[in-house]
Amino acid sequence: MNIFGLTFEIWVVALGLLVLLADFWTPPAHKWRLGLASAWLLFIMLLVTWRASTNVSILTFSQSYVIDGLALFFKRFFFVAAILVLVMTVGFAEKLGTGLAEYCALTLFALAGMMLAASANHFAVLFVALELITVTFYVLVSFQRRCVQSLEAGVKYLIIGALSSGFLIYGIALVYGASGSLSFEVIAQKSASLADKPLFLLGLLLIFVGLGFKIAMVPFQIWVPDVYQGSPTPTTAFLAVGSKAAGFVLLLRLLQFVVPEVAAHWQKLLMVLAGLTILYGNLCAIPQRNLKRLLGYSSIANAGYLLMGVAAMTQAGSAAILYYLSGYLFTLLAAFTVIAIILQQTEVEDITALAGLNQRSPFLAAAMTLAMVSLAGVPPLAGFFGKFLLLKAVLEQGAANHAFYWLAGIAIVGVVISLYYYFGVIRAIYWSKDAGVLAPLPIAWTNRCALLVCMAGMLYLGILPNRLVELAAEAVKSLRLA
Amino acid sequence: MSILTTIFLIPLFAALLIALIPRNYRFVIRCVALLATLVAAALAVKMFFNFQAGQPGYQFEQIVPWVQSLGINWHVGVDGVNVGLILMGAIVAFAATCLSKEIQSREKEFYFLLLVMAGGILGAFASLDLFFFYFLHELALVPTFIMIGVWGYGERKNFATFQITLYLSLGALIALVGLIALYLAVPRPNQVPAGATFAGPPPGAVPITNAPPIIGGIYSLSVTQGQTYIWTKGTNDHALANGSLALLDSRPFVAATNFVLILGKTNAPVTALVQPPRTFDIPTITAAVRKTPLPLASQKFIFPLLLFGFGILVSLWPFHTWAPLGYGSAPTATAMLHAGVLKKFGLYGLIRIAIPLLPEGAKPWLHVLAWLCLGNILYCGWVAMRQRDLNLLIGNSSVAHMGFAFLGIASLSLIGITGTVLVMIAHGFLAALTFGLSGYLRQQLGTLEIGEMGGLLKKLPFIGTLLVMAMFAGCGLPGFANFPGELLVMFGAWKGLSNFVMVLAWGALIVGAIYALRAVRNILHGPLPERWAGVADAAGWWRKLPFALLLVCLLGFGVYPQMLVTKVEPGVAKVLKGEEIKPLPTGKRLPWLPVPMKKN
Repeated sequence: MNIFGLTFEIWVVALGLLVLLADFWTPPAHKWRLGLASAWLLFIMLLVTWRASTNVSILTFSQSYVIDGLALFFKRFFFVAAILVLVMTVGFAEKLGTGLAEYCALTLFALAGMMLAASANHFAVLFVALELITVTFYVLVSFQRRCVQSLEAGVKYLIIGALSSGFLIYGIALVYGASGSLSFEVIAQKSASLADKPLFLLGLLLIFVGLGFKIAMVPFQIWVPDVYQGSPTPTTAFLAVGSKAAGFVLLLRLLQFVVPEVAAHWQKLLMVLAGLTILYGNLCAIPQRNLKRLLGYSSIANAGYLLMGVAAMTQAGSAAILYYLSGYLFTLLAAFTVIAIILQQTEVEDITALAGLNQRSPFLAAAMTLAMVSLAGVPPLAGFFGKFLLLKAVLEQGAANHAFYWLAGIAIVGVVISLYYYFGVIRAIYWSKDAGVLAPLPIAWTNRCALLVCMAGMLYLGILPNRLVELAAEAVKSLRLA
Repeated sequence: MSILTTIFLIPLFAALLIALIPRNYRFVIRCVALLATLVAAALAVKMFFNFQAGQPGYQFEQIVPWVQSLGINWHVGVDGVNVGLILMGAIVAFAATCLSKEIQSREKEFYFLLLVMAGGILGAFASLDLFFFYFLHELALVPTFIMIGVWGYGERKNFATFQITLYLSLGALIALVGLIALYLAVPRPNQVPAGATFAGPPPGAVPITNAPPIIGGIYSLSVTQGQTYIWTKGTNDHALANGSLALLDSRPFVAATNFVLILGKTNAPVTALVQPPRTFDIPTITAAVRKTPLPLASQKFIFPLLLFGFGILVSLWPFHTWAPLGYGSAPTATAMLHAGVLKKFGLYGLIRIAIPLLPEGAKPWLHVLAWLCLGNILYCGWVAMRQRDLNLLIGNSSVAHMGFAFLGIASLSLIGITGTVLVMIAHGFLAALTFGLSGYLRQQLGTLEIGEMGGLLKKLPFIGTLLVMAMFAGCGLPGFANFPGELLVMFGAWKGLSNFVMVLAWGALIVGAIYALRAVRNILHGPLPERWAGVADAAGWWRKLPFALLLVCLLGFGVYPQMLVTKVEPGVAKVLKGEEIKPLPTGKRLPWLPVPMKKN
């Protein structure tokens, strides 16, 4: 037993509790400082993670908790996401009313859950981590309790969350029944012999369904647009980036470390799901006018692209997922920060709210344009390199299994469709006719900094990919893959 | 730093600088843009004249490793194929910037986008790395979209904006799949085939020093680059994969796609085969493919992807519909850069990559290509005849001209492809000139309806004369740069394709003459309608300069094509045959080419 394995999680939870306590003594006008201070502290923790070595895996708590390259990569990922979300929250404070400190604390607890998920090496830990994330998000989603849409989103998320937990726990029970263990290490050792037990497979399938809800995979994506639209914007951002990434790290560890033999048989299923998810997300995004709803559908489509990397079942594919998610982090947070700023001024979430943005604030227009271009996967931004890596990983498998060529074809069709609606947003920014208000938009300095970080991140990952490609390749060495 | 990298970086740095200048300093912004493109053009001219024809390999090369594990390098260099294109691109970019005076709103954004577009395309032509080749071309996608949308003309602007963007990205993505498939198809040195089993260490395996004893647990070996094949002797249930040793099930000696699982035991010596990563480097791939051609199946799979991907980018019939409308709606500078320079990217890709690397895959498609390019030449020429809008006419005629470029490629002969390169360069200047002129007319008249014009030569002696000359050049009149190019293409087609195709293409020249001369008659001759009494000609040398510059290039390369042919021909020969062909002795040159001057 090595309690130090949990250092980061303990710090984050302690920070959350500290914020809750400090709330008592902080006058309402200064509460935003709590959010900013916790963002700074998270940043210091992020720097500390570089003291940990990636090439040694540490197993602790009787092998139920692991710190390896993959876990560390995702812990850093979640730190960055949480820092940017907290900064966005500070800028969004007016809309959240008095509960700012609680909101920040809940974000920190969700962060702890995500970090736990990154290290889960046991089905019980997996479940606890996911519940920690989901339960905090129930509150975060319905935080604007005077707003009907927010409450509706909360109820929907609650019901769907409970359903997915049901699938998950039932699956875990079946897996335990078939294998006699919940430990990833133990199951991994005998996975080859378990691979033909129907009970075991059924259990795995149910767990896969449970995770499918988290990553918004078709046919378990139904909650996404409503919840994305109704939630407070920082919540939507954290849900889209953090919760999805947590789902993917668990999926990677489960399919590619615990049961790669089973996953190899499921390649066709994964491919079909990836293709459907890409097409569904992109096609449904076309008629959307609400920005957050549009990004909700786009997030479904992106889950599809990421699933292509899972389906490839190679180190290249998994490394591509890590790269894509990192680019997605900066891209999506930039987009949501801009939306949050605009929402402060106008109550409209429509694309029309962006009309004339180029005149109102060229800086915001540039940030939103970069975000859309990156989402569309156009050079020189992060989204392009991520899609490039995924496409390469998929085509690499094409020689062995020609179905992958079709998957690549669907991905391309998806990208072309997505260009239509992403560039529709750019059109609204630059030459929409119905520009009503042309007053300059004030931007808080915190938001300006967050946007600059996001833009720098998008450009850095798009133009100088070398460092992160190496980090991602290093991280996926913990998986049992070719 | 290579002069090519400088030419590429100058516009991009100028764009960055412009982003930092406050938006009401309009004059400063314009000056920065003009200066940057002027310097880039001057450097390109210097590079062109310093280029030594007939040298083996590439000149002005520079290689900077970029992503080592994927084999991506910043590799630029020129040979005969792209040296003229870079010169043409840089000059057109300068002319386009000069003619951007028409932009009167949001200049900062416009010049920023224009410079990004120019830098990207110059870099794409200079790049000898498949990744950057694609990457830099795609840089132009977003600028094109925003420029047409914000500063474009016409009622169907919105439709045109989306059509050109979606169409071009579809083409680019198809080409991207082809390029990645090509990258994956080239075998790495010492590659272990998938599914291979070994009784001993794979060939080429080397012992690892400081290998850990293999007894249970998880170890890691530090391996610096590439994929690692690790072999140990023994029967214990451990395996080494990709540099890390993990407890795995007992699968004996099976090579998966990129590593070998091999069992290990106790203190047996560990041997590893470190594989070099794959590469996107075009010269390296070309050398590897020349040594051992790619398997027929992958050639047959990849070539159509590249042909149609690049074909869409060059407006190959029937995928050309984006071009006339897109160019018709675009602001002058965008149309000049796009039709003149950017569109040549697909042709360049076919010549540089598809034809030399996939010769067997190309064979069944070249006849298809020959017929499709007849579609360009005949159908689009015919459509151009029916146009009432000058910009649509020019747009369609530019699509028709691309047919000649494709015809040269389809002939697959040295002379034909040399002709294609000449046509590409000549058409770059020509398209830029014609779109520049029509932009001037639109500024003066407020319309481009040919029916409403007439007699304009009286009011616009300079612009009118240039328009006449541009139209003549478009017909392929000797003395303009298009003539030698089209002639060589015809020779190539005569040699490589059926006479029927040849005759049809020749007949299309008449179609070209009809619409060009009709446009001249309707716009410039006849009575002058009263409403155009106040139209003014280009006054002052700075207004005449961009037009004159383009015309001088057209005439210069037309009168003295040797300047280009001596450089282009050895380059094309190298691409086609893989070896340097010394320029023919003077006596045996093609008779119509002037004899090069002797140097003292």
